[in-house]
Amino acid sequence: MTTLPDLPASGAKAGAAVAVPAASDARQAWRRLRGRRSAVVAAGVLGLLVVLALAAPLLAAVEGQDANTYHDALVDSARGGVPIGSFGGVSGDHWLGVEPGTGRDLFVRLLYGARVSLLVAAGATVVQVLIGVAVGLASGLGNRLLDAVLSRFTDVMIALPMLVLAIALTAVVPNDFPRPLLLILVIGLLDWGGTSRIVRAQTLTLKQLDFVAAARLAGSGRWRVARRELLPSLAAPVITYAAILLPMNMVLEASLSFLGVGVKPPTPSWGQMLSSAQTWFRADPMYVLLPAGLLFVTVLAFTVLGDAVRAALDPREAGRLRVGRRRTSRTPAAADPSKDISS
Amino acid sequence: MTRYLLKRLGGAVLVLLVLSVVIYGLFYLAPGDPARLACGERCSTQQVAQVREQLGLGDPVYTQYAHFLRGIVAGRDYSTGTALLHCDAPCLGFSYQTDQQVTSLILDRLPATLSLALGAMVIWLVIGVGTGLLSALRRGGITERALTVLTLAGTGTPVFILGLLLLMLVCAYLQWLPFPTYVPFTDDPEQWAWNMLLPWLTLGLFESAKYARLTRSSTLETLAEDHIRTFRAYGVGERAVVGRHALRGAVPPVIALSALDFGSVMGGAVLTESLFNIPGIGKSLIDGVREIDLPVVVGVVLVTGTAVVVANVVADLLYAAADRRVALL
Repeated sequence: MTTLPDLPASGAKAGAAVAVPAASDARQAWRRLRGRRSAVVAAGVLGLLVVLALAAPLLAAVEGQDANTYHDALVDSARGGVPIGSFGGVSGDHWLGVEPGTGRDLFVRLLYGARVSLLVAAGATVVQVLIGVAVGLASGLGNRLLDAVLSRFTDVMIALPMLVLAIALTAVVPNDFPRPLLLILVIGLLDWGGTSRIVRAQTLTLKQLDFVAAARLAGSGRWRVARRELLPSLAAPVITYAAILLPMNMVLEASLSFLGVGVKPPTPSWGQMLSSAQTWFRADPMYVLLPAGLLFVTVLAFTVLGDAVRAALDPREAGRLRVGRRRTSRTPAAADPSKDISS
Repeated sequence: MTRYLLKRLGGAVLVLLVLSVVIYGLFYLAPGDPARLACGERCSTQQVAQVREQLGLGDPVYTQYAHFLRGIVAGRDYSTGTALLHCDAPCLGFSYQTDQQVTSLILDRLPATLSLALGAMVIWLVIGVGTGLLSALRRGGITERALTVLTLAGTGTPVFILGLLLLMLVCAYLQWLPFPTYVPFTDDPEQWAWNMLLPWLTLGLFESAKYARLTRSSTLETLAEDHIRTFRAYGVGERAVVGRHALRGAVPPVIALSALDFGSVMGGAVLTESLFNIPGIGKSLIDGVREIDLPVVVGVVLVTGTAVVVANVVADLLYAAADRRVALL
C-alpha cells in the first residue's frame, strides 16, 4: 500500500527518551549492539551487499558479462522469449540466468540494481537528516515566531501524501535529469518532517540543561552552542531515526521504479525488474524471485539492524545494565547531566 | 469540542492550500507547452494559440491559480470560441487526453478504489488485530516468537512483492484463480468478489503487520495497568479480563490507525492498483503521469491530500470517542 509504517510517532517516542551519550555511553552502546546476534548477522548481510555493489564492475568482468548486452540466442523466441534452460537459463556463463525477452545477464543487472538501491536510500537519508537537523535546530533554538512558522511547516510536510506527491513530481522533471539524483532529492526534500520533529523536541529539552547553560555563561554564542554542545547530544536520536528511514527510502525507491517513474531503463533497478517481471511470473519465476528476494532480505536486514541500533542507544537499556550504580547515585539530575534528562 | 474541530479543520485547509500551491506551481513549471499538450499532436499553431486563449494559459501564474481555486469552490466556464463549456463546482479542469472533466473522471474511478479499500480493511482488522492479540496473550511461547518474526518480515516487505508472490502462488503454481481482472460490483457481485480477492489479500496482509504490532503493544500496555491487576485480584476470570477490559484499551488506537489507512488507500493505493490493474484513483495518477495529463495529476494529488487530511481529523475524533480518557482540547 501507499503508506509506510507510522514510524515518525514511534521514532519520536524513542528519540525523546534517548539521553545524552557521553563517550563512555557510546562505547557501551557499541558493545550492546555487538552483543546482539541478529544485529551482527544483519550487519554482515548488509556489508556483503555493499561490497558486492561496489565491486559490481569487477564481478561483471570475472563473469565476463555486462549489464546491457542482449543475448537473443539464450531466449526461446517461439515461447515468447522465455530463457532457455532451467532456473531462468542458469549456466556457467550466466550465473543467475538471463532476463526473459532480452537475454541480458541477470547477475550483473542485479548487482548494478543494488548500487542504485543503496545509493538512493543512503543519499535520500543524508538529505533528510541534513534538512531535518537544520530545521529542527533552528526551530528549537530560534525565537517563538520562527519556531511557530517552522513547526507549522513541518506539520504540513508530514501531512502530505508522500508517494503520490513523489510520483507527481517525477512527472514534471525533464527526462534528461539524472534519475537517481532526482529520486534522492524527491524523497529527501519531501520526507524530512519526522527528523525535524525529533531534533526540535530534543533541542528544547537539551537547552534547559546545565551543561548548555554553562556553555552559554562561558560566553559561547548560539551557533557555537548548537555545534559544540547540542549536535553531539543529538547524534543518538538522529542515528536511531536515520536507521528507520533507510529501509523506508529503499522501499520507496523500489516502489517508484516499480511504477515506472523511478530509475529509467536501461539503468537496472530492482523495482524496475519487478515491474517487468509482472508479465513473466508464470513463465519465468526466477525473474521475480531474484530481485524480490534481494530487496526483501536487504530491507529486512536494515530493519533488524535499525531496531538493534535503537535498542542499543536507548538509555533504558543502558539503565538495565547499571541498576546498581544508579541506585547509589540518587542525587539530583543536575549533578550528572549526561543521564536521565527525561525526568 | 467545536473549537477543537474548527482548529483542526483550519489546519486541514492550510495543508491543502499548501499542497495546491506546490502542485500547481510544479504543473506550471513543467517542461512542455500545456496548450500543445492539451490540444494534441496534430494541432496547427493557430489551434494551439486558440487553446491557450481558452484555458487562460497566457495569464500570469497567480491569475491562473486564482481561477483554478475559484473553479474548485464555485465552478468555472471555459469559452470554446463559439460556446461556453461549463464545469461544475468542484472543478479540477479537463483531461488533456480524453477531454473529460477531471472531477467526473475521478468519481468514475471511485468505486474500484472503494472496493479495494473496504475489503482490505476487513482483512487487516481480522488478521492483523487477531495476530496481535494472539501474540500478546501467548507471551513467551513459541507462538509469540513465530508471530514476531512474521510481523517483522511483513513490515519491511514492499506491497508489490507480496502481491507478485501471491500471484505466482495462487494463479501460476496452484492455479486456483485466473489472473484478476476488475469487474464492477454492479455488473456481477460474485465475479467482483472473486477478482478482488487477491488484491484484498495483498493489501490487507501488507497492512496486517502494522496492526499486529500496534495491537500487541497496546494490549500489553493495558494488561500492565493497575486496574487490570485489581480486576485479577478480585478474582475476575482471565477471559473477562481480556475480553472486557484489556480489549477496551487495545481498540482505540486500532480504530484511529484504520481511519488513517482507509483515508490513504482511498487517496489511491497506487502500487496495489497498478499491480492488479484495478481502474482506481491511484491507477489514474500513474496513467496521468505516463500521458503527461497534468490536470489529472493535479486533481488526483489534491483528492489524495484531501482524503489523507480528512482521515487525520476523523482518526482523532474516533480515538476520542473510543477512549473516553482522551479529552479533545
